[in-house]
Amino acid sequence: MLPDLVAGVALLALTAYVLLGGADFGAGFWDLTAGGAQRGAPVRAMIKRAMSPVWEANHVWLIFLLVVLWTGFPVAFGSITSTLAVPLFLAGIGIILRGGAFALKGEAATIAEARALGATFALASVLTPFAFGAAAGAIAAGRVPVGNARGDEWSSWTGSVSILVGLLAVATGAHLAAVFLGADSRRAGRPDMVRAFRARALGSGVVAGGLAIAGLLVVRSEVPALYDGLTSGAGLVCVLVSGAAGLITLRLEWRERFEAARYTAAAAVAAIVAGWAIAQEPYLLPPDLTVHEAAGAHATLVALLVATGLGLLLIVPALTWLFRLALSGRLAYEENPRP
Amino acid sequence: MIDGVLGGPVDQDYLLQARQMQAMSFAVHIPLVCFGIAFPAMVLFLEGLWLRTDDPFYRALAKRWSKAMLILFAVGVVTGTILSFEMGLLWPEFMATFGDVFGLAFGVEGVSFFIEAIFIAIYVYGWDRLPARVHFAAGVPIVVAGLSGSFMVISVNGWMNQPEGFSVRGGEVVDVNPLDALFNKNLWHELVHMYIAGFIVAGFLVAGVYAYGWLRGRRDRHHRVGIVVALSVAALAAPAQLLVGDWAARTVADRQPVKLAAFEGLEKTTKGAPFTLPGGIEIPDLLSVLAFHDPNATVTGLDSVPKDDRPPTGIVKVSFRAMVFIGTALTALGGWFLWTWWRHGRLPSSPWFHRALVAAGPLALVALIAGWITTEVGRQPWVVYQVMRTESAVTGASGVPVGFAVLGLVYAGLAAVTFVMLHRFSRGPLEVEADAA
Repeated sequence: MLPDLVAGVALLALTAYVLLGGADFGAGFWDLTAGGAQRGAPVRAMIKRAMSPVWEANHVWLIFLLVVLWTGFPVAFGSITSTLAVPLFLAGIGIILRGGAFALKGEAATIAEARALGATFALASVLTPFAFGAAAGAIAAGRVPVGNARGDEWSSWTGSVSILVGLLAVATGAHLAAVFLGADSRRAGRPDMVRAFRARALGSGVVAGGLAIAGLLVVRSEVPALYDGLTSGAGLVCVLVSGAAGLITLRLEWRERFEAARYTAAAAVAAIVAGWAIAQEPYLLPPDLTVHEAAGAHATLVALLVATGLGLLLIVPALTWLFRLALSGRLAYEENPRP
Repeated sequence: MIDGVLGGPVDQDYLLQARQMQAMSFAVHIPLVCFGIAFPAMVLFLEGLWLRTDDPFYRALAKRWSKAMLILFAVGVVTGTILSFEMGLLWPEFMATFGDVFGLAFGVEGVSFFIEAIFIAIYVYGWDRLPARVHFAAGVPIVVAGLSGSFMVISVNGWMNQPEGFSVRGGEVVDVNPLDALFNKNLWHELVHMYIAGFIVAGFLVAGVYAYGWLRGRRDRHHRVGIVVALSVAALAAPAQLLVGDWAARTVADRQPVKLAAFEGLEKTTKGAPFTLPGGIEIPDLLSVLAFHDPNATVTGLDSVPKDDRPPTGIVKVSFRAMVFIGTALTALGGWFLWTWWRHGRLPSSPWFHRALVAAGPLALVALIAGWITTEVGRQPWVVYQVMRTESAVTGASGVPVGFAVLGLVYAGLAAVTFVMLHRFSRGPLEVEADAA
């Protein structure tokens, strides 16, 4: 029971990171594809405005996930980080480049500097979710054995499941970002931007949905046990919820109803994450290590749950205030571009 | 002694590179932590001055510092993330075996980090749209989170040096008590030592930036107030640090005698042990005085443990001296300022004072890193003192040198760009808004 609760906390942190952190990476994807300096400027300005006050807080969900994993399931943590050292290191490098470039972009003095930092930000925003997705795919595909670097350093995360989950992570992030930015554009009274993000949302939504279906087919041939979990019981419910939420999202986007689409788009992604967890239950590292076997000392799990509960009492109201201020446009100082 | 739950020691040809990679990542991150500790308090002090005096100058300065604070925080976020990645990427056996003993501290640290990230955004982006008192209040949690975050990270470091909260039976970790691990006996002096170091490093660096401008002829109110506020913080913290350093040294003498022996490179257990000053001048009995406040006290030598259990003495000895002597010099420089301020109510006017201030910031950084080298290299060859060896903790993955090189290049680029941007930022004019109040 106790290990399941801690696993639930980890899943909550993972979902929050996939939704909020994922959208920040997705914003980087749209920055990358916005076009030349002139043409892409309005899209990039909208991204900067929306992301600046919240990206650091959104990033903390990742730290929270890491901490819960190594405290609650230390054996699994050590096994994952040693076998999947390459994709996790790449994700880490991507995090430095993305965050560093984004934070310093505001001080760029010339177009060339702004371009170099912008390109770094944007490319790293694609690399990081792909690497994380590939790592998650490796776990789902059962390629992370218990032990110190016991799995293969390369083939563990370069299989078809990993590649598809990596692409899916990039696509869902881009889709969430397009929806969130569309809603921001509407609040900011920018119909031109609303149209721009409508096209991006619809396009990335279709791609993300296609990748999700392709992923299901690959899982069917590569990881039958996971496929069975996704096509029966609660796992199947999650898959159906995700599909339905995705379709509703596309319809809302078509009609430019971005405020509502934010919730359905998030639900579609959250249902995939939950479905994955349910489908590989009771395993943390399939096919051998269960959640219960991986769990740390009892006293620590109790303390961790208490600390998390108390922490959330502080974090949730603070986060709510931050998002309210940000969404109502009260967290923006105008950057004066220096000559 | 424990080998670890993932299957015990592995072949790793690059243990030294793994340690150096960790040390480099740490050396990049820890100066940013100092700003996380001290900058919010300094910015709030300035905003408080504005609220009391209604002088828009203070508001403009606080706002300006807060933007630099946000940039440094962002760089600290990403470099701190790398540290948590490396815990697993480089030391998986350590994490797998002890994650549930010391991990709780990081859980609380995560909460602090959340609070810091949320309120720093509200504070820095909220200057123009929040009511003044609400804005000031939004800064307070940043200061508190800076303290509680350090508290938790230092707790883990204290624990690695003084492992508590578990027993070892048959090579396995049992009877885990996470609260005993959290509040270990090393926590308090390490915490106070690091917290004060944060104010010294950030204070001298900020004062040094303004002193540099002053030497280049920018002798306006902006530069004068910048020096006074930042230097006051550092000058008050420096002498306190000497006392805390004494407390720390005596604790090490008591609990990690082999580490203390490495401070001096003391081979044999000696009654009335000497201490060597830079330049090779040996002062009799001084190590005994430093360690036990008693010139006749017996100091344990390195030969009290087998060769394999001794830390590398050369670098520890040099680092310890660097920390102590820089710390003492900084205290003297701070004293010069405090004396002149007290007697004459102004800054010392000598250009040598300002030149010394410019040098003081980087020197404070050197002392900070030297202090961490002293305690961390002095802990070797143990990752968990006298329980698990560092070589048992290391990853079995290949490619450590490649990772080290890539991260080194990325960090060099990050440091260069951050420096250039902050330098440019520091030369921009202070934008005082007349109608700000």
